[in-house]
Amino acid sequence: MAFISSGYNPDKPMEDRITDIGPRKYDEFYPPVIANNKGKWLYHEILKPGVLVHVAESGDKVFTVRCGGVRLMSTTHILEICDIAEKHCDGYVRWTTRNNIEFMVDSEDKVEPLVQDLESRKFAAGSYKFPVGGTGAGVTNIIHTQGWVHCHTPATDASGPVKATMDALFDDFKDHRLPAQLRVSLACCLNMCGAVHCSDIAILGYHRKPPMLDHEYLDKMCEIPLAIAACPTAAIKPTKIDGADGGKLKSVAVKNERCMFCGNCYTMCPAMPLADQEGDGIVLMAGGKVSNRISAPKFSKVVVAFIPNEPPLWPTTVATIKKMVEAYAKDANKYERLGEWAERIGWERFFEKCELDFTHHLIDDFRDPAYFTWRQTSQFKF
Amino acid sequence: MKHETPLLDQLESGPWPSFVSDLKQQAEKRAKNEEGIDFQIPQDVVEDLLGVLELSFKDGETHWKHGGIVGVFGYGGGVIGRYCDQPEQFPGVAHFHTMRVNHPGGKFYTTKYLRELCELWDLRGSGLTNMHGSTGDIIFLGTTTPQLEEIFYEMTHKHNQDLGGSGSNLRTPSDCIGQARCEWACYDTQAICYDFTQEYQDELHRPAFPYKFKFKFDGCPNCCVASIARSDLSFIGTWRDDIKMDQEAVQAYIGGEIPPNGGSHSGRDWGPFDINKEVINLCPTQCMWMEDGKLMIDNKECTRCMHCINVMPRALRIGDDRGVTIMAGAKAPILDGAQMGSLIVPFMRAEPPYTEIKEKVIEPIWDWWMEEGKNRERLGELMKRQGLQRLLEVCGFDPDPRMVQEPRSNPYIFWKEDEVEGGWERDVDKFREKHQR
Repeated sequence: MAFISSGYNPDKPMEDRITDIGPRKYDEFYPPVIANNKGKWLYHEILKPGVLVHVAESGDKVFTVRCGGVRLMSTTHILEICDIAEKHCDGYVRWTTRNNIEFMVDSEDKVEPLVQDLESRKFAAGSYKFPVGGTGAGVTNIIHTQGWVHCHTPATDASGPVKATMDALFDDFKDHRLPAQLRVSLACCLNMCGAVHCSDIAILGYHRKPPMLDHEYLDKMCEIPLAIAACPTAAIKPTKIDGADGGKLKSVAVKNERCMFCGNCYTMCPAMPLADQEGDGIVLMAGGKVSNRISAPKFSKVVVAFIPNEPPLWPTTVATIKKMVEAYAKDANKYERLGEWAERIGWERFFEKCELDFTHHLIDDFRDPAYFTWRQTSQFKF
Repeated sequence: MKHETPLLDQLESGPWPSFVSDLKQQAEKRAKNEEGIDFQIPQDVVEDLLGVLELSFKDGETHWKHGGIVGVFGYGGGVIGRYCDQPEQFPGVAHFHTMRVNHPGGKFYTTKYLRELCELWDLRGSGLTNMHGSTGDIIFLGTTTPQLEEIFYEMTHKHNQDLGGSGSNLRTPSDCIGQARCEWACYDTQAICYDFTQEYQDELHRPAFPYKFKFKFDGCPNCCVASIARSDLSFIGTWRDDIKMDQEAVQAYIGGEIPPNGGSHSGRDWGPFDINKEVINLCPTQCMWMEDGKLMIDNKECTRCMHCINVMPRALRIGDDRGVTIMAGAKAPILDGAQMGSLIVPFMRAEPPYTEIKEKVIEPIWDWWMEEGKNRERLGELMKRQGLQRLLEVCGFDPDPRMVQEPRSNPYIFWKEDEVEGGWERDVDKFREKHQR
């Protein structure tokens, strides 16, 4: 491997430097039918799961075929997407906010060959490369975080549980049988760089053991005041520890019973790791949404306090999610999101219908807002 | 393959696209190297990634070390350092840094451009990406420190492309598909997203904030990019005039000629469309009714929840007097619990050059937050700590009942001295003239 210079001169970093130019401008990449009709769309319809048509004032139509993408994607896969887009869509393609890939064509006769082509492509071991679906009252793609592929704080993997869950929900990715759309999201720790806290079903990695203290390293490595300030429950205080060489080490002490396992201290100080095979696992949350449709946006609520990590297939997590989806599919009214359904029937019924245990962990005890989640009426269901 | 991966291999079956299969095809392509690429990072990087991931599946713990300060000259964001904690076993991923590449609005691409990016990333990185990261960026996953400047140089010189945000700065703004392909977009989300991204390049690349700051642009209250839940400033399209109606199309929905909700319930027999049950009775403000076979809306009472428009897109259309509602302070749970965006501007025009939004909303809020925000305090947390009133004061906004769910139920009002007649300075001796001790 010979080093290939880009032209950058490390001795003169400012020479010919180009900065602050921002992204490429969006309209460079619009397919003609989009560029011609922007802002002049009249209506849309989902012709079948995964296939949409948008009709413009001009009479132009754009047909979109949506297919599931995997967020962790190789250039090999992207180049295959390029091949497909060049074959069917004049070299244009887009992604959705939820990691789906959308291929757009400007006439209906181009739709079926495109769908056929996408559905025919499989990986060597048999999974679909581009399953068509993810529209309407069904399950769309799971948005997620990095997990064990790339992150330093995860309490679970991301790509693994997502693959296992989507395999189980695959039929609903390709169907419109649910009462409304169902959004599943995964964040591999409660930093939630995936912001899963407003999802119909959220899969959340969670640690359950307080940080370990690597004192020698902590003294050398960490800004102790920052680690202390990072703790939302004030569980960390400075202390002095006897070092191996007889000297004193500046370090911290953690009041374990006050720890909420958020890992913020670890973010500020790498000498305070939390990860633990037995301690880490999954929290399931349910009933959130971001849309303002009918009811206001809602946070997801914790409905299962802990499920151990079960790589590679996370069977308990997947089965529990499946159970919730089936109970919702069976019982909710048309247009009712999972959280709206739970509120209508009452959370006591939700636990019954989803066959979930209600444990003390599910009663909020975190600061003031907790009080407002306790039942303050005599109205409840037996 | 260099490493056995019996656990990961189980994720190759099942119908959903397997990331393991994709990693393997990428590993194989690099090993064969039919194009004769002079790889600038280890050729077996993907094989080692599979190896370290298998080890994590076995151990139930991650094998990535805590960050590391790496970056490109003059920027404080856009690159995230990552090192493997088993570098001897997996030398190919010993350094495995991430670069955030600012994605184009609407996530539209030409294949020509994607191919250019792939070529760059195959040469100088692992060839693995996230399409896309949660915030929106294209994520280049895995390269070594010496390649960072080279990649940045090629990106800016050859591809007219910049990095995205990370750390305590403006994160890469993102938008919904908007007017590009949606009839409900009340403003051009891509135009404003691009304009703000360009205007605030300095804030995006050079961390000067207490913590991260996110803008997201939703074209309508359906909130497809979830701005209301996850952006410090959330811009949601809205309108002030009447919903436009086509009574013939209403009849076509009633008559079953057009499927409700754009055909999104086609997987089950829900029975014939019932406009009372499915639209009128579900309206949260009960401002709709049928009269002489016509659908009526008391638009003044409408709160623009989008339900009726979603159900009957061919009959009902958004109004023409359009702008944005601005919400502030949303964030995920860290630290003090999740926060939803709170309404600070009921309505503002969103047309270029967006001066009112920049000068009356964004910049005063940033000044306040940079002055008063504590280290790692999000805007929403500062709002919680100092109160919504303080934000209104900072922006010079008049309080409006639209900004609250309900008025306070405690009377503990923090009166200010200048609000109280005569002020707070009093003479206790004068008081004592009237009141004995």
